[in-house]
Amino acid sequence: MPPMTGAVIQARGLRKQFGSNLAVADLSLDISRGEVFGFLGPNGAGKTTSIKMLLGLVAPTGGSATVLGAPIGDRPARARIGFLPEHFRFHDTLTGRELLRIHGRLQGLRRAPLERRIDTMLEKVNLHEAADRPLRQFSKGMVQRAGLAQALIAEPDLVFLDEPTSGLDPLGRRLVRELIEEARERGATVFLNSHLLGEVEATCDRVVFVKNGRTVHELSLTDAPATLDVEMRVDRTDGATLEGLAAFGQDVRFTGGVIRLRVESDAVVPEIARWLVGRGVGIYLLGSRRKSLEEWFIEVMGEDQRPG
Amino acid sequence: MSGILTIAQLTWLEARRRRIVLAALLCGVAFLAVFATAVYFMPTPRDPTGAGALATRLQLQTMPIAGLYAVNFLAVAFAVMLPVDSLSGEISSGIIQTIASKPIRRLDILLGKWIVFWFMLAAYILFMALGIVGTMWLLKGFVQQNLLPALGLMQLEASVFLSITLAGGVRFSTVTNGIVAFAFYALAFVGGWIEQIGVFVGNAASRYIGTAISLVSPTDALGRLAMHVLQPPVISQVQVSPFSAGAVPTPAMVWWSVAYIVAALALATRWLQRRPL
Repeated sequence: MPPMTGAVIQARGLRKQFGSNLAVADLSLDISRGEVFGFLGPNGAGKTTSIKMLLGLVAPTGGSATVLGAPIGDRPARARIGFLPEHFRFHDTLTGRELLRIHGRLQGLRRAPLERRIDTMLEKVNLHEAADRPLRQFSKGMVQRAGLAQALIAEPDLVFLDEPTSGLDPLGRRLVRELIEEARERGATVFLNSHLLGEVEATCDRVVFVKNGRTVHELSLTDAPATLDVEMRVDRTDGATLEGLAAFGQDVRFTGGVIRLRVESDAVVPEIARWLVGRGVGIYLLGSRRKSLEEWFIEVMGEDQRPG
Repeated sequence: MSGILTIAQLTWLEARRRRIVLAALLCGVAFLAVFATAVYFMPTPRDPTGAGALATRLQLQTMPIAGLYAVNFLAVAFAVMLPVDSLSGEISSGIIQTIASKPIRRLDILLGKWIVFWFMLAAYILFMALGIVGTMWLLKGFVQQNLLPALGLMQLEASVFLSITLAGGVRFSTVTNGIVAFAFYALAFVGGWIEQIGVFVGNAASRYIGTAISLVSPTDALGRLAMHVLQPPVISQVQVSPFSAGAVPTPAMVWWSVAYIVAALALATRWLQRRPL
């Protein structure tokens, strides 16, 4: 396996048009090795089409991209990519073990190493006992876990997971988080497309928001700057207090008896407390919380965004 | 090559698990049982020179051809039904996405399926044909001549249907693909009749139209050629059998059909490569 350096995915102005329908208008991405990357956007934003373009399943109408250092669709590069599609469907007459064997072979694995890997993956996704039952007897969650095992069978350097937890219960979701964490630890890159923002928040290092087929915002979840919201309830809310608080952060608002502002780090909170006490302001409540990804999502997409 | 073999293995597993092979075998055995019953009750010419011997011998020689004609029709139906949902079903359900994203060519997917279906058709035709001629030999001591070339032609006809149905599966939904494949069969069938009627009534225009249709859809010509090969020359010449061809298709139709198969697969590959999955 060649050593990985630089960007795992580099896309510049990728575009896909189906007849008169523009699915992806302008997708530009840089994703590094070992990164768990979240791809967010409302339904119909072009997320799945973007993934399919990067996998070579759909030819772009414009723009360019490299995946694992090769042009999209490159066969040797595809041997190092795992993929779980959004609508995971497999040949349901196959048993779980046969599914992994077929997909492992297509990925280039053979004989003893493949059989060992099949056992390992079946164990990891908790399907060892059901391994020799046909997929048509599996529950939706079991098929999705089999699909995950299929995506990770060849220990890929890059794995695309399109809504990997849509059919899973909380235990299944935790399992997906563990598998993603494991992939990250061995240096793989995970490209995660999910509507479950809590899952994304818990696993991703960075997210990109797409809207109407364009990348509109990027956010680091590991060191998100200016994303801490401070809330306080005090006994004096005059103009001078609000103006003074503006020195600690931005976007100072007073609504419903609560002052809110956005600060850059937790360290600012005790400074605010000291400043208020120094001015003789009584504090009933002072707290901070990181802005949730859901709030970011709504802010970036706009309140006018209709459910897709 | 390993990609083709893995797809072939997957296709075979699917066909076996969906009981396609079992259903084909059971229906085949049922057909052979009916055929054997009919042959059992046929009169056997005891005195080759006696009265009615010619009619009985004619019946004896026509019976296996009738059986093989039916086998040919069943093989055509099998050649359409086997691949009709194979690609269109996988495309519409999204099953193909995890396969096509693997490091294999889309051509490998097509060839892997085609090879398995081709062998299944060959096994079916061989099984059924041996059943027919075996029955004739066991019950009446009749040995069918020219069986191998006829089976080759029947396999070629089935291969044309296999290839166009597989190609159609890339572009059309399963139902549309089935309709197109059977329309293709009907076109060839009607073309064949137009040509035969043209020969019978001496109408050159009808003959040319029939020949032109045979070029567009060569399957009926292959079937007629197979039946012609099976018949003793004397019956062909006097045209006393319902399977006699007024106009015997030229052997060049064999090469035309081979080219047809190659073209259908090339077109299917091109469509599949360009198709968003």
